[in-house]
Amino acid sequence: MEAVNVYSARILEKQEYFKPGHRACQGCAEALAVRLVAKALGKNVIVASATGCMEIISSPLPFTNWDVPWIHVAFENTAAVLSGAESAYKALARKGRIKDRGTVFLGMGGDGATTDIGLQALSGAFERGHSFVYVCYDNEAYMNTGIQRSSSTPFGASTTTSPAGKKVPGQITWKKNMAEIAVAHNVPYVATACSSYPFDLMEKVQKAARTPGPAYIHVLSVCPTGWRIPPSKSIWIGRLAVETGIFPLFEVVDGRYRITVDVPELRPVEEYLKPQGRFRHLTPEITAVIQERVNYEYRKLVAKTQFKF
Amino acid sequence: MGKRIGIEVSIAAADAVASTNVDVVAAYPITPQTHIVEHLSELVNNGELDAEFIPVESEHSAMSVCCGSSAAGARTFTCTSSQGLALMNEIVFIAPGLRLPIVMILANRSMSGPLSIWNDHTDVMSIRDCGWIQVFAESGQEVYDHVLFSFRVAEDPAVSLPVILNLDGFILTHVIEPIEYWDPEQVKRYLPDFKPVNTLDPDRPTTVGAFGLPGIYTEAKKAQDEALIQSKKHILKAWEELGEVVGRHYKPVETHLTEGAETVFLTMGSIGQTVAMAVEELRGRGEPAGLVKLRLWRPFPFEELRDAVRGAKRIIVIDRAISYGGTGGPVASEIRSALYGEENMPAVTNFICGLAGRDVTPRDYIAMYERSLEMTQSKVGQEDFVFYGVRE
Repeated sequence: MEAVNVYSARILEKQEYFKPGHRACQGCAEALAVRLVAKALGKNVIVASATGCMEIISSPLPFTNWDVPWIHVAFENTAAVLSGAESAYKALARKGRIKDRGTVFLGMGGDGATTDIGLQALSGAFERGHSFVYVCYDNEAYMNTGIQRSSSTPFGASTTTSPAGKKVPGQITWKKNMAEIAVAHNVPYVATACSSYPFDLMEKVQKAARTPGPAYIHVLSVCPTGWRIPPSKSIWIGRLAVETGIFPLFEVVDGRYRITVDVPELRPVEEYLKPQGRFRHLTPEITAVIQERVNYEYRKLVAKTQFKF
Repeated sequence: MGKRIGIEVSIAAADAVASTNVDVVAAYPITPQTHIVEHLSELVNNGELDAEFIPVESEHSAMSVCCGSSAAGARTFTCTSSQGLALMNEIVFIAPGLRLPIVMILANRSMSGPLSIWNDHTDVMSIRDCGWIQVFAESGQEVYDHVLFSFRVAEDPAVSLPVILNLDGFILTHVIEPIEYWDPEQVKRYLPDFKPVNTLDPDRPTTVGAFGLPGIYTEAKKAQDEALIQSKKHILKAWEELGEVVGRHYKPVETHLTEGAETVFLTMGSIGQTVAMAVEELRGRGEPAGLVKLRLWRPFPFEELRDAVRGAKRIIVIDRAISYGGTGGPVASEIRSALYGEENMPAVTNFICGLAGRDVTPRDYIAMYERSLEMTQSKVGQEDFVFYGVRE
């Protein structure tokens, strides 16, 4: 199924491994991303999940939406649990107790589980070089507990712990760049993706799975509940995040950068910010600050794609 | 029979772990556990042990790796102490809930504030209610034997629960003792290959660690408690068969000179040997003293304990931890409730001593014996517990 991006949706497998009937909110682009990732990897996979929206909505005992082996232990330790499962398979295959069938080890966590509380465990797993694919489903706040800010919440966003107040206009720190943190660990495959670009996402997931060693994919996952948008606008907002350059889609293979969804001319960030309730309070001055930062970050990324070594 | 050699207990413990052909070891260094994991990594790097040694970045990840590894069907081991146990605490409670048969050696050490690397039982008492099977070893040989025992019990499909093997930091971990190794045939006879009840297997997908709503959580936890209570018969069987294989016989509660004893000491861990010396001296003087040693801490051996102290007038419980603002020591509190309502219930006096490795000699235990007679004779009941030997 190489390059589904280039061919068509028709060649995609019909089988679902993240089954319907889960309890996510309407218009949840994170659940969509989870489904696409599961579809891209197929049956021969073991999933370790962090605590969070996707865990809660898919595993209320005695039900499950998972048609692949799936384990949840706690919030901050997904990469460690995954390291354990991967090492177990390695040892058991070497000792001839199981057959090595190239099972893919998939980790999943939200932005809180990845960029905040689980960063240490993930850093350790990257450094040790286990062979796994870790996908961060980034909806830019602690949505499961009620929209509290995380280090992945963008500048200016109003959340329940960074509310737009009379003195402080919401989140006043810049979004932590988790993909770059993964690159700094010399992770052989790093990418950003968004469920508004499903084929780009699935292709990256498959590429990550084929990469020996760790791989990291940071998926922007639009959350209508937390971002204060109508459920019908999730896909559209995800596209605007990419088209404004706020969330560029790229991959880094062995340190080499490539933008995978080219945006010849960035749209103004205002088009992305305006429809979202979490940015409703932003003044033109703050919007200008964000625009400047986005331009700078995008130029930096383009420069990295041109760097030859 | 295997060879009997003089060896550091930590090295012997690691050799015992290696003799099980363990698949995955995940650990983070902390004194006084270090020699055990150092030796295991040495065995792996020298090609003498075919296992994945995962040098994790924290104890929290050590226990998390163990959960992933055990769930994937591998024989799994970790080892920690004190602050390390505290850091992995969250996951320690989850492992038995997921019925993962991990084996952990806990080299008992004080909990910090002030920092201390020395031995007492404040670490393990902090996780008394975590749901693991918990046993205490008194000597190097017991540590070695109980490594095999721990894997055997944990992985028994009828048990499928994690096991903590407690040994006193430094007092056991860093001393050289004569230890009889098991030969491979004995290991093979005693410890079958690990055949997990459920694994993470793409051919048979299972969901592990689901989310429990109020309508099902209590039932899940009751089932877990039942499993721990029911594990006792498999524990007894594992000790019985251990006796058949190596000729050393272990029981949940051990007694020494309790015949006709009016006052019995109750101990856990390595101090049992020191107290035994005190009891022997007291007996020599004609004092009716005895010793009861608790080996199995969870599941708690109610029947065996009641039998062991039957006929005694008083029990001197030696605690090596404090239940702050509570009833003194956690072991005494447990013993009182185990005996509450018994006919002719013995008086329980409680001494807290040996904190952070402070030396307690046979002479001290004799002094405690004498003091306990005064305490129970006066019937004042003012002193539920005493910090023995504290400078005031």
